[in-house]
Amino acid sequence: MSGLSIEKISMRFDLPNGGSVQALKDVSLHLNEGELMSVPGPSGCGKTTLLNIVAGFLAPTEGQIVMNGHTVTGPDAERGMVFQQGALFEWMSVRDNVSFGPRMKGQREADYRGEVDHLLEVVGLQEFKEKAIYELSGGMQQRVALARCLANDPDVILMDEPLGALDALTREKMQSLVLKLWKETGKTIILITHSVEEALLLGERLLVMAPRPGRIHKEYQLHFADMGVDQDLREVKKHPEFAKNREEILGMIWDMEEEIMGRTEAAQ
Amino acid sequence: MIPILIYVAMFVAAYFVVKLVTAGTQRQDFTSLKTVTFGDESAVVSDRKASIISIIAIIVLWGAFTGSVLLPGFLHAPGPFTGDGTFTYTVETADGQRDDATVTLLVHPSGEPADAPEVAPGEGFAKDDSVAIAAYRSKLARLDQNDEIGRDEGARIVAVNGQPIAPGGEVATDFGRVVMSQRGTLNIDPDKGWQMEPIWLPAPENVFTRMGEIASEGFRNFTLWEHLGYSLMRVVVGFALGALVGIPLGYAMGLSNWFRGWFDPIVEFMRPVPPLALIPLVIIWAGIGEGGKIILLFLAALWIMAIAARSGVSGVNISKVHAAYSLGASKAQLMRYVIIPNSLPEIFTGARVAMGVCWGTVVAAELVAAEKGAGMMIMVASKFQNTDIVIMGIILIGVIGFGIDMLMRWAERVLVPWKGKS
Ligand SMILES: Nc1ncnc2c1ncn2[C@@H]1O[C@H](COP(=O)(O)OP(=O)(O)OP(=O)(O)O)[C@@H](O)[C@H]1O
Ligand SMILES: [Mg+2]
Repeated sequence: MSGLSIEKISMRFDLPNGGSVQALKDVSLHLNEGELMSVPGPSGCGKTTLLNIVAGFLAPTEGQIVMNGHTVTGPDAERGMVFQQGALFEWMSVRDNVSFGPRMKGQREADYRGEVDHLLEVVGLQEFKEKAIYELSGGMQQRVALARCLANDPDVILMDEPLGALDALTREKMQSLVLKLWKETGKTIILITHSVEEALLLGERLLVMAPRPGRIHKEYQLHFADMGVDQDLREVKKHPEFAKNREEILGMIWDMEEEIMGRTEAAQ
Repeated sequence: MIPILIYVAMFVAAYFVVKLVTAGTQRQDFTSLKTVTFGDESAVVSDRKASIISIIAIIVLWGAFTGSVLLPGFLHAPGPFTGDGTFTYTVETADGQRDDATVTLLVHPSGEPADAPEVAPGEGFAKDDSVAIAAYRSKLARLDQNDEIGRDEGARIVAVNGQPIAPGGEVATDFGRVVMSQRGTLNIDPDKGWQMEPIWLPAPENVFTRMGEIASEGFRNFTLWEHLGYSLMRVVVGFALGALVGIPLGYAMGLSNWFRGWFDPIVEFMRPVPPLALIPLVIIWAGIGEGGKIILLFLAALWIMAIAARSGVSGVNISKVHAAYSLGASKAQLMRYVIIPNSLPEIFTGARVAMGVCWGTVVAAELVAAEKGAGMMIMVASKFQNTDIVIMGIILIGVIGFGIDMLMRWAERVLVPWKGKS
């Protein structure tokens, strides 16, 4: 079976004080190749944990991840990750960051040069390729991170709030860029975000997670991502169905947050 | 006390003078537009003018209190009394006779010995005397020795310059003072002034001429450059060996539980032991030759470098490691492209500290025992009270230490430009 299967994943963290946190419980889903799934949810519901398990940085206490027919046991170049921030290598130029993956595979410069230059062109950093990372703005750094991930040509791209640290305008531009890259490259993408709006705009599928224990609450199939490919994102947001979905999901997340608050208050 | 007050006065005066002179000329840069500067560390820049005036102030103060020829005379603090002086003393015999005698005094600068002037004995049973005293010194004078009726015959000195004096008392004179000891002897004590005696603190120009002398003639069988060069060589070799062992050790401790567990007790124990405390043991084991010094400096640098490398590894942002693995890096590649470059800023900080500690330790070790080296030079000089060489040595040690630090900072800027910028 091709694609990415998350099979009955549970994750329990044992705490040093003897207690434990059930971060995920019985999470199962299947992603087909080329699907973009966005995952909003209240803070602490296990989104990062799930992504780390898919990436192979954490082993789940139960269940398994199956990708292209084999079980995931650790990080691999087939699953690329775009972090929120701080994951670029400051000691390398922009170009060396982007070409990191191909270089690690032992490719020679002649082999990857064209692809790296093309990606820098796509993310609009052609002029900055010799610059040091710390000379770039936050938005430019995230574009480098995106290009670095794509240059390695992974099958799945995992993004943990990649746009969380950006201002509203830069964020909107980056959202269009992500949509464009997704359509052009046909990659499978899991995108974690705090912004319900962002999840609606980018997600072909949208997975609302619920906390304590972390689990799948509700799934949506959306068409806004397809609309966004050739329309201005602000136009998409004006769609009546968009507003309806947004209110529904926001309400859901609000209820969960309130439930958590109530539960902690009751516990005290 | 007085020099400190003068120094504080110089500090305040220089501040207001510079304020006054530069009033109206505003700095035109980014920080000049900041309105909140008090409390904003980045808005505090070292004032070059203050630094230059500070250095000049120290040299002026030094010169003023040593009577330096570099300064015009009116800036000198009052010097010790030199030249001629006289006073009279009155002797009373047991049966009540009194007679006066005059004492002629020659106070000569300490470096130029002179004989007491010839004087005629004069009238009466108390005879005139003459005394030569070096500047900064005083002299107990048995003035009655040439008198016809002296202390042994029951005569006592009862007045100086006509003012009565008793054992323990003193009389001020134009050259200083005359003090009577408990046994009735006069102690002639010319004024010492406010200047420092050359044996405590030589004038700046003396230190510099001595530096020239030693640079051309050498000191104790070795040239100045050999002394300094040996000290530096020991530091460089000791530090290099310490880094060579310490950095891989630190990496191993940052990457492996077993290494961390095995070496943690050793490193944590050795870290607070000052290298100076190891000197006696190292001398017992390895003697006072080059081997011992290098072992000592190796040990001084080793722990610092190991700890720096260890915290450089632990300080790596886990996202960077995850990113590298997801991009297909192997463990060796992670080491080469992520762990090592990421730890370089920490290692440079450690190296700067280690170089400073090594330089201090080598000087201390040479003070204890050495045939050559900067520390040995000042130790030997101090035994012969060659204060000028001691001060010259301290200045050279300071300059070299500063030079090492500047060099390390420069290397850091060139090699790890990303330091503190992520
Ligand atoms: N290493 C860990 N040790 C113990 N508990 C952990 C650990 N990592 C996560 N948790 C717990 O697991 C739960 C889920 O954490 P996770 O980071 O996955 O949430 P999240 O949905 O990503 O939240 P956010 O939106 O705030 O990033 C939380 O309750 C958290 O306290
Ligand atoms: Mg998270």
